[in-house]
Amino acid sequence: MKQRKLIVASALFAAGALALTACGGGSDSESGSDSSSSAAVTIYNVKPENPLIPSNTVEVGGGNVIENLFRGLVRYDPDTAAPINAMAESIESTDNKNWTIKLKAGQTFQDGTPVTADSFVKAWSWGAYGPNAQKANYFFAPIEGYDVMNPADPDGEDGPKKAPTPPTKELSGLKVVSPTEFTVKLTTPQSFFPVEVGYSAFYPLPESFYADTEAFGKKPIGNGPFQMISGDGDTGFTLQKWDGYKGEDKPKISKATFKTYTSDAAGYADLLAGNLDFMDQVPPSALVGNQYEKDLPGRTINKAVGIIQTASLPQYDDNFKNNPDIGKALSLAIDRPTITKAVFNGGRTPATGWVSPIVDGYKAGACGEFCTYDPAKAKEYLAKSKFKGPFSFSYNADGPGNKEVAEAICNSVKNALGVKCDAKSYVDFSTFLKDRSGHKMTSMFRTGWQMDYPSIQNFLEPLYATGASSNDGVYSNPEFDKLIKQANGEEGEAGLATYQKAEALLANDMAVIPLWYQAQQSGYSERLANVKVTPTSTLDLIDLTVK
Amino acid sequence: MSDPDAFATLDTIQEPPGGPAAVATGAGRTLAGDAWETLRSSWVFWSSCTLIVILVVMAAFPGLFTHVDPASCQAARARISPSAHAWFGYDVQGCDVYARTIYGARASMVVGLIATLTAMIIGSAVGVYAGFFGGVVDALLSRLTDIFFAIPLLLGSIIILTSIPTPAGSAFFSILKVSAALAVLGWTSTARVARSSVIQVKQADFVSASRALGASRTWMIRKHILPNAAAPIIVITTISLGSYIGAEATLSYLGIGLQPPVISWGIAINDAAAYVRSTPHMLFFPALFLSLTVLAFISLGDVVREALDPKAM
Amino acid sequence: MARYVARRILQMLPVIIGTTFLIFLMVWALPGDPFAGRCGQRPCSDAYIQAETARLHLDQSLPVQYGYFLGNMLQGDFGTVSNGDTVLHQLGRAFPITLKLTTVAIGFEIVLGIGIGIIAALRRGRFFDRLTLLTSLVAISFPVFVIGFVLQYIFGVRLGLFRVTVQSGAPWQDLIMPGFVLASLSLAFVLRLTRASLLETLNADHVRTAVAKGLPRSLVIRRHIVRNSLIPVVTYIGADVGVLLGGAIVTEGIFNIQGVGGLLYHATKLRENATVVSVATVVVLIVLFVNLLIDLFYAVLDPRIRYE
Repeated sequence: MKQRKLIVASALFAAGALALTACGGGSDSESGSDSSSSAAVTIYNVKPENPLIPSNTVEVGGGNVIENLFRGLVRYDPDTAAPINAMAESIESTDNKNWTIKLKAGQTFQDGTPVTADSFVKAWSWGAYGPNAQKANYFFAPIEGYDVMNPADPDGEDGPKKAPTPPTKELSGLKVVSPTEFTVKLTTPQSFFPVEVGYSAFYPLPESFYADTEAFGKKPIGNGPFQMISGDGDTGFTLQKWDGYKGEDKPKISKATFKTYTSDAAGYADLLAGNLDFMDQVPPSALVGNQYEKDLPGRTINKAVGIIQTASLPQYDDNFKNNPDIGKALSLAIDRPTITKAVFNGGRTPATGWVSPIVDGYKAGACGEFCTYDPAKAKEYLAKSKFKGPFSFSYNADGPGNKEVAEAICNSVKNALGVKCDAKSYVDFSTFLKDRSGHKMTSMFRTGWQMDYPSIQNFLEPLYATGASSNDGVYSNPEFDKLIKQANGEEGEAGLATYQKAEALLANDMAVIPLWYQAQQSGYSERLANVKVTPTSTLDLIDLTVK
Repeated sequence: MSDPDAFATLDTIQEPPGGPAAVATGAGRTLAGDAWETLRSSWVFWSSCTLIVILVVMAAFPGLFTHVDPASCQAARARISPSAHAWFGYDVQGCDVYARTIYGARASMVVGLIATLTAMIIGSAVGVYAGFFGGVVDALLSRLTDIFFAIPLLLGSIIILTSIPTPAGSAFFSILKVSAALAVLGWTSTARVARSSVIQVKQADFVSASRALGASRTWMIRKHILPNAAAPIIVITTISLGSYIGAEATLSYLGIGLQPPVISWGIAINDAAAYVRSTPHMLFFPALFLSLTVLAFISLGDVVREALDPKAM
Repeated sequence: MARYVARRILQMLPVIIGTTFLIFLMVWALPGDPFAGRCGQRPCSDAYIQAETARLHLDQSLPVQYGYFLGNMLQGDFGTVSNGDTVLHQLGRAFPITLKLTTVAIGFEIVLGIGIGIIAALRRGRFFDRLTLLTSLVAISFPVFVIGFVLQYIFGVRLGLFRVTVQSGAPWQDLIMPGFVLASLSLAFVLRLTRASLLETLNADHVRTAVAKGLPRSLVIRRHIVRNSLIPVVTYIGADVGVLLGGAIVTEGIFNIQGVGGLLYHATKLRENATVVSVATVVVLIVLFVNLLIDLFYAVLDPRIRYE
């Protein structure tokens, strides 16, 4: 009878499930439980959104992998963030506009071909060429010839006419002098150029890249200390030490696996269970009460990284235009120490300026008294302002911890100023960015910045210069622009002093309110020793050892 | 099944709990009348009704239960455990959990009730018509149901919630929107189950007999099909209440559901979920209230289902 | 019967077309800029926006875009994802894993849900019944995230009975805990439905007759009660398949399962129309087949139901 068969089948299923349970626990066929030192170090990663091409990688999923497969002209010291020559022998200029770059001899790619000046020049031209549609395209903007290769759309994005094909595929500002020397001509002086070229968009590419770009995007051939042996974005990538690497930063481990996780909760659970070796940032819930330090005693790192969070005020909105008093009032109303303690448990440090403390030129206190908590003074400034609220704080709900932050800020403003403040959520970053870039914000909105390269310039110019690409609040101060341009051309201490002068101007206008600097709370397993976090917030695989 | 007691229910089931021992026979006995007689003497019925009344009062007049302002949040007292001062402790933002739970009743109950009732009405209508009429009607309605099954929750809710503009500051309208979105995306299960129930009942002899006697279709649906097919619909509906309140929380978590300053149990639960290991009290109390609400409705649904069962008696 | 099945299969075609168009329309109508956030923290270059707009025909009207999509789909080209992979490859990788997870979850619903529901009905009003009611309440009131997180921590991290996360390739034993967590809310429904259905049947005339006839109790239960009670339960479980297929995002996140839920979520965020529509199409196909099987199963459970 069918009835009986159903019951029998169900019973068998249950019995089978129980049997599987018995042999299911503890069977670790993955590398996590293998204690021999030749086993791969497993590192938390997320799925890359793009093919693994340096000029197309602008997010961490791909960036984590690429920075170990390649070496650019310079790399950043894991402790001080200072640039160290990698492929470059020297990068020199007399006027900060014309640069001569000499390469170290004898460097090769992992397929045996040599790293030459062409490897860089061709790669940069390819990345800058508009129709190649590389996401990091704008990094080549300072090089002469960029504009020609990126002609504007004659009738804007929505018009039927397309932008014309650029007449050339080569940046006119790059010239190859010899296989180990090339020159770069910039459109404006940039004293920080030697620091900037360490960014991943400037990595060299072998000839095989141009032959089959698609295959390269799945399995890149680099010139760095590691080579990729297997994997894909969905499950993870396995890297192995490349014996042919001639640089001085040779790794001590032999294998590393960047395992893709669908959520940070899963990664943390695996870390606790011993299946994962390193997680760059533990979930916000593990920070509460220092839970992560209790879970991983002696195996945590809390290190400042080049990330800052800010709250921007829309300068295109009548309520906030030419109204520094409102920005000052709001800034004085945000109780940074209490919020960072309550929500992040010390994982963030209250900001005193617009520049991260880890870069050269950081000067504490640029924000002055306005970044302290003073409800009385806040009310004074509010009274002076023509707009007195109510306020809202817009954010994207898909970022972990964003909701708590937004609500905490609004509660603080409410309590200090006695005005209404509501946290306004957008369903995801895409929807949020559309309104943000489209200048549709009506009140405070969440902004932040993660440095591309360790320089004070990177925290100021792309965000606050008139018309800058990430200046979503449409802040404009000609004096600021002037100082930035001047500082870009100056060397060393003089340049830093000028940048600091520019930063001080931001306090007067208070169009963007500094909130806090971010530190990263990493956790690692018992297998690892010599664990260091790089300035780009990743695990340093060079000094790392396995016990 | 060798337990002799298990079968005692077979014998006792013929007398539903608190069954009317002496009911006037004769003219005027209707199903509803019978049901009321049964319910009147059931303690389960009265206790769940009382609980629901308390919850409704809580939703309508939260000020009666607490004097604390749920929107007064101080970050300095975040996550403090329950004490004599704050019975349920404080949450992540430093708001009083007890006050937020009391005030959250309104939004949760409204969303739960509206979404559940809407889904029940749409789902039952579609299911009953599909099951009863069969043929082309069934094909059309069932295939329509299948299409709705394929709509992902995230996508569907974003579309529904963002295409209908909300007048700013109108909390009730936003609650209505969320309820509508949940109902539109959730009626399909009810429809399928209702249809299956009707198909099963349709085959019974008394239905054929009724047709032979010349009953109209509406009469048959109302008097014969619905009472017999109602049981699974009632079960699903009463449990759905709880799951809709939970779904509302998911939408808020995704950023498209109810927005502050609206408070609901779902929002409180979701905000507290990540901290369940370190400070479970923030999650526990709103979840407890949700459980009580669901318990009240499930028990009520159970006892009503039994009372309406034409076979018992 | 055969004609009925043939008719149902024919009806699948308009449903699939209708679904693809509806979902395509919905993703197209999503607010937000498809290019926002794709290029890190800076806006995308004009060149990139132009190339992508041309590739995806975003500057054309909706019916034209849909036409391109349908045309490509019929040729087997389901489009490419942002990281270079094809949609087909992503589906082929994610669907088997999700199907396995869904099978485990449905298995739990059938075995535990129906089994416990039957026992609860027979022991109505007693301790066991009340206990199952309490457990159902917990499953309903606590979000899946909490249940999954707690179970993962207690049984995985602390007691080490289960693997904490699922390995790539998703072997069956790894899916036991995730499957249970995924099924937890539905278990409450199945349990209560079975219980109510059974209680209704216990009142039926044919049951009274059977008992009066003197049939052994186990036989009465097996032959007369359970079979007749299962129809709404089985229907609900079948309906649940569709819900679980695309909606397991939270469970997948907790246990690191590279399934369809995550694929759908990321594709929706990135406004990748091709992926979302393709996933929805496969889901509706599976839903259609499962519902057809369930409908046919009615005839097995209750011989009075006939199909012509």
